[in-house]
Amino acid sequence: MAFVRYLAVLPFLGILLGVPLLNRVEPLILGMPLILAWIVLWIILTSVIMAIVYLCDPANREGGR
Amino acid sequence: MNAALGIIAATMIGVLLLGLRARHGRDMDLEQWSVGGRGFGTLLVFVLMAGEIYTTFTFLGGSGFAYGHGGPALYILCYGCLAYVVSYWLLPPIWRYAKQHRLFAQPDFFARKYDSPALGVLVATVGIVALVPYLVLQLKGLGIIVDAAAYGAISPTLAICIGAAVVTVYVMISGVRGSAWTAVVKDTLILAVVLFLGIYLPIHYYGGYGAMFRAIQAAKPGFLALPPQGESVAWFDSTVLLTALGFYMWPHTFGSLYTAKEERAFRRNAVLLPLYQLILLFVFFVGFAAILRVPGLKGPDIDLSLLRLSIQSFDPWFVGIIGAAGVLTALVPGSMILMSTATLLANTLFRAVRPQAGDKAVGNVAKLLVPVVSLVAVVFTLRGGTTIVALLLMGYAFVTQLFPSLVASLLPRNPVTREGAFAGICIGVATVAATSLTRTSIAILLPGLPEALRDLNIGIVALLFNVVTTLGVSVLTRRRAAYA
Repeated sequence: MAFVRYLAVLPFLGILLGVPLLNRVEPLILGMPLILAWIVLWIILTSVIMAIVYLCDPANREGGR
Repeated sequence: MNAALGIIAATMIGVLLLGLRARHGRDMDLEQWSVGGRGFGTLLVFVLMAGEIYTTFTFLGGSGFAYGHGGPALYILCYGCLAYVVSYWLLPPIWRYAKQHRLFAQPDFFARKYDSPALGVLVATVGIVALVPYLVLQLKGLGIIVDAAAYGAISPTLAICIGAAVVTVYVMISGVRGSAWTAVVKDTLILAVVLFLGIYLPIHYYGGYGAMFRAIQAAKPGFLALPPQGESVAWFDSTVLLTALGFYMWPHTFGSLYTAKEERAFRRNAVLLPLYQLILLFVFFVGFAAILRVPGLKGPDIDLSLLRLSIQSFDPWFVGIIGAAGVLTALVPGSMILMSTATLLANTLFRAVRPQAGDKAVGNVAKLLVPVVSLVAVVFTLRGGTTIVALLLMGYAFVTQLFPSLVASLLPRNPVTREGAFAGICIGVATVAATSLTRTSIAILLPGLPEALRDLNIGIVALLFNVVTTLGVSVLTRRRAAYA
């Protein structure tokens, strides 16, 4: 499951490439400017991605460090 | 004395008492004083680490930047998130190495890894240089809060001096254990206050978030996105990258890492802490709400926007509660930063001059240096002139220069030599110092460059020079070593 760690690249792509592409106020999403809504989405996704990485990492199993 | 000022004064006294209590019954040797005896559990480490992220910078600086700059303020939401991703792999090996070699401070880490006390002194100097603007911004924040809550009865100068005196006394009596207990109180209070303000103000003044953002978009089209020039997408990406890489390079963050009991705590934090960033949203909502309600604040005054809007909206006693939360957000990191600076000075620079000094002597020097450091910070604070965010970005441009040689030192075979690390850090720091002292930027130096290159954060350009120098000098010194 070592490939799972490469998921950690996604937040960098989402924010550093995504924000320049979606740098707009309108349309408002859930009341927020598009750029803000995109960033909020990636904060949540980052946590989800890191949870997957954590669960698949053998170092965090019982008896690990 | 009005109700606001009374509540803030009571908070400051309460914090000092908590600090005294935390010390009670413990011997404070150097290890106790600076890393809490490495005995903190996961929950307390979580609170401590989250606690120092929510500082005056986010509370007053973040809302002020959202108010004065709009869209570019959103960089503050992003960099912590990316820093936590990096932390998953970065922090455990640092912690393991530090524990194994009983290292307390960041310069010791570099000195040991590169087997060079001189590099340790350089790293300590970079840390101290970067910490000064960070400490200045905490004092500035304390001054703003006391000044605003006094409704003009206390001069800003006196307000800053009061703030500095409280931080100094606090650090001298309690050390990091005091920080941890106050952090618990602080996190609860700041969370409640920020959530309330961020929900209440937009609804009260505009009827909801969508309505607020539509009103701002109508009054200032495009203000909530990144502008085509200046703080453009290039500025945004380079600033997010610079601050994400520099996030764990601060000497005081390094110090708090050493307080953890097991390395799994860091990996768990990498999962949980990004979500914590979401409470920053509410601080931005306050700043955005202030755009149309308290218009006209310019330059460094944008940092006042949250308190101005609060004074306009609430009774003095409630302004006092908001101010109390603000005081705590400045005191907790302020004490941590002050202590790190004093410990750095004593542990590395004093030891470099007097290698035979014992732990007790170094500890005493560290304590004596606390008031000296805070006095220096007060002098800088009173000179004033920049916003809280600008101060922090300057500090970041300095500390991030430590990132390349730190990461290289964690590799199984370090490609960087001590000469390479030394030269790279010097070049990076010199670039940042030269541009910030002369107040220049790439746009001024090379106006012919395309927009995307002109808007790059100078810290990232310095980092590039740093990496090239580090690798170049490393290759040269390694070859020489091979011939010798």
